[in-house]
Amino acid sequence: MIRINCPYCGERDHSEFSYGGDATINYPSLDASEKEWTEAIFFRKNIKGFQFETWHHSNGCRMWLVVERSTITHEIKSVKPCHPDLQKVVKNNK
Amino acid sequence: MKTRRIDNYGKINRDKILSFRWDKKNYKGFEGDTLASALLANNIGIVGRSFKYHRPRGIFSSGVEESGALVTIGSKDRRDPNVRATTQELYNGLEASGQNAFPNVNFDLAGINNYLGRFFAAGFYYKTFIGIPPLEWGKGTAIWMFFEKFIRKAAGMGSASGLPDPDTYEHAHDFCDLIVVGSGPAGVAAAIEAAEKKLDVILVEQDSLIGGNQLAENDFDNSQIKNQLENLGIKIMTRTTAFGLYDNCVVGLLERVTDHISAPNVNMPRQRFWTIRAKHIIVGAGAIERHIAFNNNDIPGVMTVNASKHYLNRYGVLTGKRIVIATNNDSVYETANQLSEAGANVTVLDSRTNLEIETNKSFEIRKGYVPYNINGSKKIDSLDISKSETINKSETINCDQVLLSGGWSPAVHLLSHRGVKPKWDYNNACFLPSDTKENITIVGSSRGLWNKNDCIASGIAGTTDALNRLGLSKTNYFFPKPGGWKNPIQPLYEVKYKKSRSKSFVDYQHDVTTDDVRLAHREGFISVEHLKRYTTLGMANDQGKMGNIIGLSLMAELLNKEIPEVGTTVFRPPYTPVSIGALSGRNVGKHFRPLRVTPMHQWNIDHGAKMIEVGLYQRPWYYPKENETLSDSYIREASTVRKTVGICDVTSLGKIAIQGPGSTEFLNRIYSNGFSKLQVGKARYGIMLRDDGIVMDDGTSWRLAENEYFMTTSTGEAAKVMSWLEELLQTRWTDLNVNVTSVSEQWAGVSVAGPKSREVLNNCVDDSMVITNNNLPFMGVTSTFLKGNIPCRIARISFSGELAFEVYVKSDFANTMMDLLWENAKKYDGCLYGLEALGALRVEKGHVTAAELDGRVTIDDAGLSKMASTKKSYIGSAMRKRGVLKNNDREILVGFFPTNLKETFNAGTIVCEKNNIKGQGIGRITSVTYSPELGHWIGLGFVKGGLDKWKDTNLVGADPVRNKQMNLKVVSPHMIDPKGERMYA
Repeated sequence: MIRINCPYCGERDHSEFSYGGDATINYPSLDASEKEWTEAIFFRKNIKGFQFETWHHSNGCRMWLVVERSTITHEIKSVKPCHPDLQKVVKNNK
Repeated sequence: MKTRRIDNYGKINRDKILSFRWDKKNYKGFEGDTLASALLANNIGIVGRSFKYHRPRGIFSSGVEESGALVTIGSKDRRDPNVRATTQELYNGLEASGQNAFPNVNFDLAGINNYLGRFFAAGFYYKTFIGIPPLEWGKGTAIWMFFEKFIRKAAGMGSASGLPDPDTYEHAHDFCDLIVVGSGPAGVAAAIEAAEKKLDVILVEQDSLIGGNQLAENDFDNSQIKNQLENLGIKIMTRTTAFGLYDNCVVGLLERVTDHISAPNVNMPRQRFWTIRAKHIIVGAGAIERHIAFNNNDIPGVMTVNASKHYLNRYGVLTGKRIVIATNNDSVYETANQLSEAGANVTVLDSRTNLEIETNKSFEIRKGYVPYNINGSKKIDSLDISKSETINKSETINCDQVLLSGGWSPAVHLLSHRGVKPKWDYNNACFLPSDTKENITIVGSSRGLWNKNDCIASGIAGTTDALNRLGLSKTNYFFPKPGGWKNPIQPLYEVKYKKSRSKSFVDYQHDVTTDDVRLAHREGFISVEHLKRYTTLGMANDQGKMGNIIGLSLMAELLNKEIPEVGTTVFRPPYTPVSIGALSGRNVGKHFRPLRVTPMHQWNIDHGAKMIEVGLYQRPWYYPKENETLSDSYIREASTVRKTVGICDVTSLGKIAIQGPGSTEFLNRIYSNGFSKLQVGKARYGIMLRDDGIVMDDGTSWRLAENEYFMTTSTGEAAKVMSWLEELLQTRWTDLNVNVTSVSEQWAGVSVAGPKSREVLNNCVDDSMVITNNNLPFMGVTSTFLKGNIPCRIARISFSGELAFEVYVKSDFANTMMDLLWENAKKYDGCLYGLEALGALRVEKGHVTAAELDGRVTIDDAGLSKMASTKKSYIGSAMRKRGVLKNNDREILVGFFPTNLKETFNAGTIVCEKNNIKGQGIGRITSVTYSPELGHWIGLGFVKGGLDKWKDTNLVGADPVRNKQMNLKVVSPHMIDPKGERMYA
């Protein structure tokens, strides 16, 4: 059981969260070409080691989070909200 | 029969006599016995038959590593197979029997397998079922299927009851700073040290008593330790196994709550499955004594040395009279002293020639001797021994018991669960735990420490390590060095004996012999992982706790390598078996998954609804009158909707409030069709695509105010759509000022459909002017009041194709709304209709649902190209025309009629061309119903090329699963009122 330290709710079981995907993708604009979208959607890295990925606290505060997790050991280095404004709020609370 | 119980030994309560049954006969034991100790005390040697060869087997150990005494406990629906007799506590009335034998373990007809051994060697299945040359007789699946049932019956363990489990199980959770696994000297020292340093500690022990292997000592009393632990506030959990370590210091525990009680309180669960979230884990799981492989080393009467010490000092059972102990290490001598003091005639064979050992001189030590063959079949008659491992000069000793100690294997299993590979220690001939970065510390004999003071020191050091890693201290500490015996161990895994039909067992439980390991080597299965799977070494439910190292050492010898080069297989959870009941806990039957009901659930049932599960939701399926069947009922309901009016609970649809200045822009980006010009007071049907251009969901959005929308989604996709909207707003479009809130539970919704629906609603709303055709045209939305001042939202939306309204009220008003609408609908001979009629109505109209939008379908496939805007970009717009999605021969939505209108067909039917009925055909049927309007069966589905290509061709519907075939014709999916004149009425 991975334990994820939600910035809003505290440390919780991963079963409260849903996995999203690669958090480093810059999605192209909606009017971008099929080629750009293909790159963004289908060509993904298979990282061995730490990667940034999104998780949704779907059975909690409903926040989308960026989690820095090792794909080898599940060690989690950092967790922060995806939304930049929420990142600021969390920081100010600390 | 003479008892083996002796006076003045053991910690059993001799004042409390317990009766139990073994193989249909009555016996007696004492409180504090295990089933194994009680059987031994009653002089019962054979307790089971082996897996493949049906050889008689006795009790090998006194703990979880037991691989011989697997028995069935209980009867009828409480029959529990493959229970280790060595860990089953005795209780009054316990019923147990031997396994894998007919008629019984003493005389088993399948014992013939012992002589057919060469046919059942490793790889038996793989070789037998590739066929016998030259004609390859017996090749293929069919013959395997035929023989499988006989093989499975002959090979194997106990059988399950096949009845529902009458017991209850619980899931429980706890948190702590430190969890200590094992209550031996190391674990107890660690727990005390931690509790004194103010840590919150849980101490877990699989046995019923704390003490670990000290329970085998004659002068050990755990009451003082127990008091001390309790006074320090340590939570002690006995009869609880830490079966697995998981990420982030999560530990899985199985607590056996009532398995030792004869008539448990009915309110108690049988077992409890604990999830413990700790900050640090200390494992003091002990070490397990190994046996030695030589011919007939499985005859009942063979046991580990430590086990006989347990039986003597804990249970007061002297397991033999003339005992030979074979060893390669110092650990046996204390036991030898005590066994001879207790009255046994003891001889020790020590494979080492140079050794200094202090004993009470009451037994003979044969230095440099090893055992190589046991004579006897159902019991030991004598033992053949020889000087060193070369068998030239042999001798025979008469004996009734052979105790073995081939060294000790630290229990590294739990660390292995975390992916940490153990390292081989040459000095102690065992695998030792490696270091890990995780907050896990290993203490005691699990680190290869063989004496008690070292174990205690390691426990204290372990807690210091934990405190340092938790940042609570910065104290230097050291762990004692592995070892602790005066004389070094001499590796001894196998004594070879060249004689035909000899069997020296490596893994007792799966009948894996040394010859099987050699066979695997000859046939190229030399990797340990291949060795394991080819021979099934270590794959029984003891997971190779005793035999694995012997197997590895043999393979190393064959490969001319050292054991560390050969490596070891990975131990995976669970450490000991966990029942399925404990895993499922209370999530069984009705509670298998959550149940969702609409606020008018009871109202629906009170009005005759039969319910059906849709996802987690209970929805009205149909409302039968008197003797109506499902088809009678839905056909009547659908006809009534088309003729007059019907009312249907649609609350299960997902409902999302979308608010904020960016709402219109947001909807315009997520829906494929335009939303920028939708006026306040209007709703629009919309389709959402995924990033890759495939349809995700459809639904409606109602513009309630300038910056406020009310979105409905399909029932099944509600949660997914909600998460998707949140993801977009929180990760991609963080500048959009929009808030989304799930309001699915807050609103109760109903569809009022049919030509008389407006008249019904006229009587139900406060002001009937708001729903006139002018004020509320098709797709119009209004917020108004039902009679009784109930605020509501009404939209003129039709799924049935009739004049229809969707009415939403706050969930609390659901029953009032239903009463009001139903009272008025009855005046027009209206009906209540369920999901089956709803389905019939929408199939007639060609409206798609989840059956059609299955995650493979594009907008164009669904015949909804008009819904794809060309004036804007939206999610999926770039990708919906990519590659294969623009092929001409994609399967397009169409309607189907049977050519012979009297015929029926089913969803799932494959559509084929007439003379080419095979494979996936050219299309598929997704939804089927009887159409009351048309008077015959109709279907929706997909066909390559669509209506234009096939409208005049006779096609075939192939339904091989239901053994049906029919002629079909392709029609427009809009099977009635294609222009929608009724909806606009």
